[in-house]
Amino acid sequence: MTTAAPYTFLSPALIVTLLIVFIPIVYTISLSFMNYVIWKPNEIGFIGLRNYIDAWADEVFRISLGNTFVWIIGVIALQLALGFVAALILNQRFPFRGVARALILIPWVTPSVITALMWRWMYDGNMGVINDLLVRSGMLERYVPWLAQSTTALPAIMVALMWQGFPFFAVMILAGLQAIPTELYEVADVDGAGIFQKFFRITLPMISPILFTTILLRTIWVANSLDIIFIMTGGGPGYSSYTLPLYSYIKAYRGLDFGFAGTIAVYLTILLITVVTLYVIRVVRTEDRLR
Amino acid sequence: MKLIYRLLFVFLPLALILLFALGPYIWGFVSSITPEGEMYVEGLRYFPRNPTGENYARLFVKIDFVDNLADSFLVATFSMLFGLAFSVTASYSFSRFRFRGRRFLLLQFLVINMFPVVLLLIPLFVIFSRLGIMDTYLSLVLAYATFTIPFSTWMMTSFFNAIPYQLDESAMIDGCSRFGALVRVVFPVAMPGIAATGIYIFITAWNEFVFASVLTSRDVRTIPIALQNMVGQYQIAWGLLTAGGVVSAIPVIVLFFFIQKQLIAGMTAGAVKG
Repeated sequence: MTTAAPYTFLSPALIVTLLIVFIPIVYTISLSFMNYVIWKPNEIGFIGLRNYIDAWADEVFRISLGNTFVWIIGVIALQLALGFVAALILNQRFPFRGVARALILIPWVTPSVITALMWRWMYDGNMGVINDLLVRSGMLERYVPWLAQSTTALPAIMVALMWQGFPFFAVMILAGLQAIPTELYEVADVDGAGIFQKFFRITLPMISPILFTTILLRTIWVANSLDIIFIMTGGGPGYSSYTLPLYSYIKAYRGLDFGFAGTIAVYLTILLITVVTLYVIRVVRTEDRLR
Repeated sequence: MKLIYRLLFVFLPLALILLFALGPYIWGFVSSITPEGEMYVEGLRYFPRNPTGENYARLFVKIDFVDNLADSFLVATFSMLFGLAFSVTASYSFSRFRFRGRRFLLLQFLVINMFPVVLLLIPLFVIFSRLGIMDTYLSLVLAYATFTIPFSTWMMTSFFNAIPYQLDESAMIDGCSRFGALVRVVFPVAMPGIAATGIYIFITAWNEFVFASVLTSRDVRTIPIALQNMVGQYQIAWGLLTAGGVVSAIPVIVLFFFIQKQLIAGMTAGAVKG
């Protein structure tokens, strides 16, 4: 009884995830080795690594891959920077701090579709409030169609995702800041340390574990997110805002090319394996320390 | 001097960040109460001359937005119940037993949460088509279980860990079975954490777009899909769209305020979700 009990308690969750996660993943991997276009049923068949090789000759795949890196690094950097500033401010003492913290979290719970649509409206080339503000303040000469030109489309979407994601960084960093014992700063004060010294010698080293964990976690999430791009530009203009998950989604959803879409999904997974592994190692270490 | 310092380094940046965080909502709200004529004829104004509720009225009267709200509500509620039901015993097991393969099994729940959605999209589409459950509540509840089960398993494990094991033991000495101890003793004590996890699942299901866009079409249409459809259907009537956005974001934000403390505590303890 005692040896079977833990497994009995686990079995419902395990069986369901086996059915809806692991079997499907195996299925996608097997599709990735096939020519499987729904509307060409006669050509369906095993083609080995063909899709994986063809991907590199596909210009859209290469653009998407490059954009994926730009997307991840850019979005994470923006979210981290703003989240850090927000956390430092929220760590100060002022009235209604709890309310301010709760309000800052609102973007984070906003549905992606609403985030995307609100920002699309604000970026509008004719009626957009962002254009209006920038022109009024003299920072721009005339209205810019932010989402309709290939040089600005992806960066503009990245700002929208910064908006949605920075609160998560803020909350995590704030938790790290609040865990630093105040004695450390008191001792530093006695030793005559300046504000920058205190920041680089105490604050940064003390929160670096939580910072690193948060970056890993967000990287995975940002790398996988496609809904905001899909709704804001659909990947355009041209392919300028395509990323790997978006390309896979569009290949499957619009092109009904399940084989190649599967291949792109597998490539994305391979890309993320390092990040996931690093994250898992950190979780294991924390677990060990807690025991 | 102190005051100027605080004004410059605390209150000013705080105000700017709050403005950035809430600005899109403020602007969305202003747009939603601007009469259509005013918006397209007179150009951009920072507050409408004649504020109107016509967009909200249209949303509920002319368009079947109420149906969309109902669909979203049912999908999110069932996802919550399904996700919690299938992970509560698993979390209990991870928290209370030390057994062979425990770490591996716990970690696989973490890893599942990180697989790209696109990896699951095609097979679930194919499987659900064969089972004939496309475009039903069930299809979405099952699809959402791919992330709700791993997420709530991790969250609840950390909540259960915070409850002393002596509580189970004394219940079992008093004659409870294992399952009885879970249901009668641990469950009630962990209720705030379980509720927070459940509400978080509700919010994620309410917000989800990608699975819904592929797995449902005519019969089931959740809010995110309905909003996205408005874009094509009405050549982007921004007043109407922003009204829809405001209406559908409100329940999420209200729910979130109830659980934010619990949720943040759980996340910072063992973060599993970005």
